[in-house]
This record gives sequence, structure tokens and C-alpha cells, in this order.
Amino acid sequence: MARASKRTKTVAASRAFPQLKKSPSGIAGFDEITGGGLPTGRPTIVCGGPGCGKTMFAMEFLIRGATEFGEPGVLMTFEETGEEISRNVESLGFNVQSLVDKKKLFLDYVRIEPSEIQETGEYDLEGLFVRLEHAVESVGAKRVALDTVEAIFSGFGNPGMLRAEIRRLFRWLKDHGLTTVITAERGERTLTRYGLEEYVSDCVVSLDHRVNDQISTRRMRIVKYRGSSHGTDEYPFLIDKKGFSVLPLSSIRLDHKVSKDRISSGIEDLDTMLEGLGFFRGSSILVSGTSGSGKSTVAAHFADETCRSGKRALYIAFEESSAQVTRNMRSVGINLAQYIKKGLLGFHAWRPSQHGLEMHLLRIHDLVDEFKPQVVIVDPITNLISANLNEVHAMLMRLLDFLKDRQITAMFTTLTANRGAEEQTEVGISSLTDTWILLRDLEVNGERNRCLYVLKSRGMAHSNQIREFVLSRNGVRLLPAYVGSGTVYTGSARLAQEAREKAEALREQQQLEEKRKEFSARRSALESQIAALRSELSSGESEFARLTRQRSERQQRLALDREEMGKIRGVTPANEVLNS
Amino acid sequence: MRSSKVKAKPPKAQATGNATDVVLELRLYVAGQTPKSLIALKNLKKICEEHLQGRYRLHVIDLVKTPQLAQDDQILAIPTLVRNLPQPIRKIIGDLSDTQRVLVGLDVRSQAK
Repeated sequence: MARASKRTKTVAASRAFPQLKKSPSGIAGFDEITGGGLPTGRPTIVCGGPGCGKTMFAMEFLIRGATEFGEPGVLMTFEETGEEISRNVESLGFNVQSLVDKKKLFLDYVRIEPSEIQETGEYDLEGLFVRLEHAVESVGAKRVALDTVEAIFSGFGNPGMLRAEIRRLFRWLKDHGLTTVITAERGERTLTRYGLEEYVSDCVVSLDHRVNDQISTRRMRIVKYRGSSHGTDEYPFLIDKKGFSVLPLSSIRLDHKVSKDRISSGIEDLDTMLEGLGFFRGSSILVSGTSGSGKSTVAAHFADETCRSGKRALYIAFEESSAQVTRNMRSVGINLAQYIKKGLLGFHAWRPSQHGLEMHLLRIHDLVDEFKPQVVIVDPITNLISANLNEVHAMLMRLLDFLKDRQITAMFTTLTANRGAEEQTEVGISSLTDTWILLRDLEVNGERNRCLYVLKSRGMAHSNQIREFVLSRNGVRLLPAYVGSGTVYTGSARLAQEAREKAEALREQQQLEEKRKEFSARRSALESQIAALRSELSSGESEFARLTRQRSERQQRLALDREEMGKIRGVTPANEVLNS
Repeated sequence: MRSSKVKAKPPKAQATGNATDVVLELRLYVAGQTPKSLIALKNLKKICEEHLQGRYRLHVIDLVKTPQLAQDDQILAIPTLVRNLPQPIRKIIGDLSDTQRVLVGLDVRSQAK
């Protein structure tokens, strides 16, 4: 009766905005995918194979309830004793005994020993109810966990009675409004070995632990959640030193804030290629390249720049230890040790093979939450990619979303094989990133030179140039690469090309000089010719003048002679008339 | 001890010279006056009279009144008859309608022919 009314209320409520009442489990991520936690006052089945974390889920649900949500809890365990359980969770930082002492938690270990028990005639499990009721009353419990109630099937020989009692138990839990987690072993074909899901239809969570390529991953799936929307995917989860955590795929929504702020890459020339301003804050940058192409150096520059401007950077290294990186980077003039000392640079190095993929990303999550950096560098992510590519894709997407959501700029380096199949991998990841910087080795003329170009950079007019990437004692410099006849010259080839150019220029100049000399010689020749002609001309002129003069002199002389002769003859007037 | 309702049957006399000389310490756990519990108690009394004269002590424990004992004594099924002594502990669940099984469960040989 009570149930029916509750259900109708739920249906009505789910149409309106406020949904089914939920109790937060306190388990990181779980409350996000279920939209608030477990259904309040109802039983939830958590099923899965051995070692998948059922008990841990139940324990954390109770402990978080007691410590964080003020809801005392009862743990009824059928497999492990209270001491065993408290010891198990102690390693996760939970002090069960103190909760028990404070009356926030009640542990009851139900020991079932079939060999001790003889059955004669009819019986029921009223003792279980008495115990549960006593436990609930003694701490005022709001939460109950039954870890693994199915164990009773091995202890008693009357399945019909047991089923009836289990049905009664779930009814009892509901009637008492207890938010309950019931763990159950996975069956061959069914969710639970004894079909408990038949009795509990409100919420079923399936846990899974599988091993792929020697790497184990844990998955969680909400099989059903009556009266509530929930994520239906398989979510990876982890059990680490902080307890249970589920990694929700936050990218269900793609709506993180974006920033117009720019941050420098720490390499001036690279900033120049990115509109002179650098990366967008909160964007993701992929630096890919073959081994030894300088990926880590680019990353170190970025870290250096971030710390220099007084911001925090988290550097996660999968290949080199902290000491090794700082030493190596000193050779290119980057002193990272000072920032580590100042607490601006969080440097964490661990082996990629140390954990599965989820664990790595969860650790990064934890570190980010703890350290609150503005920049996260993962160097390199390639080592994580040994696993299934799809998984890596999904995981990276989660990580990027997580970082973007917090406006953290992320730089990943990735190792690519020379023209290998890995190009595909690059594409897989690169579609997730905003800026992709490619470092490439060019092997020409017996040397290997580094080149850098910006393959893509969303939202900015980035340079399309291929620049030569030079590591010097003062860090990275990008030289404008020599581009001639469609080829990029780098290193000595560039020097040779430059020398060739110089020689060419010199030769041209020499030719010109020769021409000039030749011309001037010709000019002088012509000029002398002109002079000769001129002198010829002038000599002709003077000859003519002389002849003219001679002629006039002769005429004068003739006239004089005639006059003389006339004088001598004595005739004058006739001549005078003639002359006028 | 901690039981509320004690129906102790102190041994009337020392038992006859038998190996099953030891006094059985029995407890019957019930939860209220349910039909099953009443039947079990009736059956148990009969068995004790017929087969265990003077060799037993019986306590009837009502868990409704002392729920704590259910946890302490690991009781799940109701009714449960527990033989605490001699060691090891033995448990017989049900309404004790099958006398032979009860005796086997208590590890006592029938004295009545």
C-alpha cells in the first residue's frame, strides 16, 4: 500500500522537475551519473563478479553517509567479519571503529556455517529481522548495506522459504524507509546468481572487472534506475587510496566556458607563429613528434613560462624522473628546480605500466584537484596508448573535458613513429585537441635537423611556416627556414644554400664590374676616336682658313702689284671707278 | 546469564554410569509467541523428557525482548535450538518435529527403546 502510493508520487514527481528523492552516495562521480545518488528509502542492488568492488561500494556508501551526510548506517555482512571489513577499509583512510564507537555505524557479522546446522521442520529467518531491527534502532540508521545476502542460500536448504524471506526482507527495508545497498554475486546469465533483481526493481548497478592486454579496468553500469534518468554507459571506476571513484563522461554536455585570454608558450618564436600571442587559456595543445625531436623541451618551456609568471603548472612525466628532466632541461637554459622548490611546479613521474588507464587519469584528476594548476603537462601520453585506442580516446576526452571545465590549459606530448602506423593514433587524439604542434626530423645530408610547424590551431590565424627548431644553451629558437624551389633547407644544407647564394651574388657583381670596365674602355676608345676626328676636323678647318688667307693675300698682293704697276704707268682713275 | 526467561531444569540426580554423562546446555531461541516457536518448545520438552532426563539445562530466549543476543549468538533462523555444551556448538533449526534428527543433531544416542 505504502509502496503503491510512493510509486504514483514518483511518477507524478518525475514529470515535474524535482525527481525521485535521492540520497547522495558520496562516491566520487557516482552521484553525477545517477543525478544525485541512490533512491532514498529503497533498496539498490550492486552486482558483479568476485573482486569487482561490491563490498567497497557498500562500505563507502555507509561511511560517507555517516561522515558527510549525517545518516548513520548498518552494515550486515555475511562473508567477512566486522574486523576484517574495518581493516580492509582502513587502508582507504576510513576509521570504522571510531564510527562504531560514535554510534554512527553498526556492524553485524552474520556467520552462516552449514555444517553446524541441522534442520528439522519449519523455520523462518525472523532472527535476521530481529538483528536488523535492533541494529537500525540502536544507531538510528538511515542507510543499510547487506553484503552479500545471498550467502543465506548456501546456509539453508529451503529455497522456497528463503525466497519468501528475501522478499519479506526487501519489503521490510522499504517500509522502514531505509536506503539500502544489497550486494550480489553475478550469475551465469543473470545479473545475480539467485535472481535477486526480481525482488529489487528500483535500482540495479552492475560492476565489472575485466582484463585486457594484462591491464585491468573496472567498469560500472547503471542497469536500471526506476523513476530517474541516468547515464547508461559503462563508466570506468577505480578503487584507490581515497576510495571508490567513478569517472563520469562529463562531455555529455559540450558547453565549457571558453576564454579569449592568451598565454605564452614560453618560446617567443612559437608565440609569433600563433598571432604573436600564444595559446588560448583553457585550450589543449598536442605536441607530437618522433623521438628526440624536442617535445619535452617544448613542454618544459611552457612549464617554465607558466611558473615564471607566477602560475602553477603540473608536470606529469611518464618517461623520465623529475631529477632527470630538471637536469636535462638545464642544458637548454631552463631551470625547473627553482619552481619545484617554490611550489609552483608540481612534478610527478610514474611508470605508465604502473596502473591501468583509468588509474592514471584518476591520479591526474586527484593531482589537479589538489594542486590547482593553471597548466597541466603530460609527457608523453603515448605510453598510455598501448591499450585499446577507443578507450584511450574516451579517457583523454574525459581528461580534456575535466581540464577544460576548470579552464586549465593542457599540453600533451605524443611520440610518433617515423611515417608509421601511429599517424592514425595521432589523428585519433588530435581531433580532441585545439592546437597541434608538430615536430619533425628531417634527415638530409648526413644530419638530422628539427623542424616545427603548427598543424592546426583552432580560433587563431596561425603561421603556416615550417620553421627550423634549434636547441641552444638559451633554449629553443625557431629560425626562419630557407625555402627555395619548394624545399625546406635546414642545418648545413641551409648553410650550403646560403653560401651558394652568396657566391652567386659575388659572381654577378664581378660580372657587372667587368662589364663596367669593358664599357669604360670602349668609351675611352670612342672618345679618343672622337678626339681624332675632331682634330681632323679642326686641321681641315685651319687648312681651309690658310688657303682662304693665302688667296686673299695673293689678291691683295695682286692688287698692290697692280697699283704699283699703275703708279709706274701713271694710270689711276679707271681703276678707282672699277673698284667702287 | 543474559537470558531473560529461564526455564532451568537442574539435574535431578547424577546420571547413570554412561559415557554420555555430560550435562547438555541447551538454548531455544524464539521470537515472540509464534506458532512455530510454541510447537518447537513443546517438541523440545517432549524430547528432553523422553531422552535426556536429568542430563540437560534449557534456557528459552525470546529475541523480541533481547534482540542483542541474536547477534551475539549468531541466530538467523527461528526457532533455533543451540547446544552450547559440550563443545562444539551445534545448531538445530526448525520446529523440532523430527525427533530422530534432533537427537542426531544434539549428538545423543537415544536411551529410550
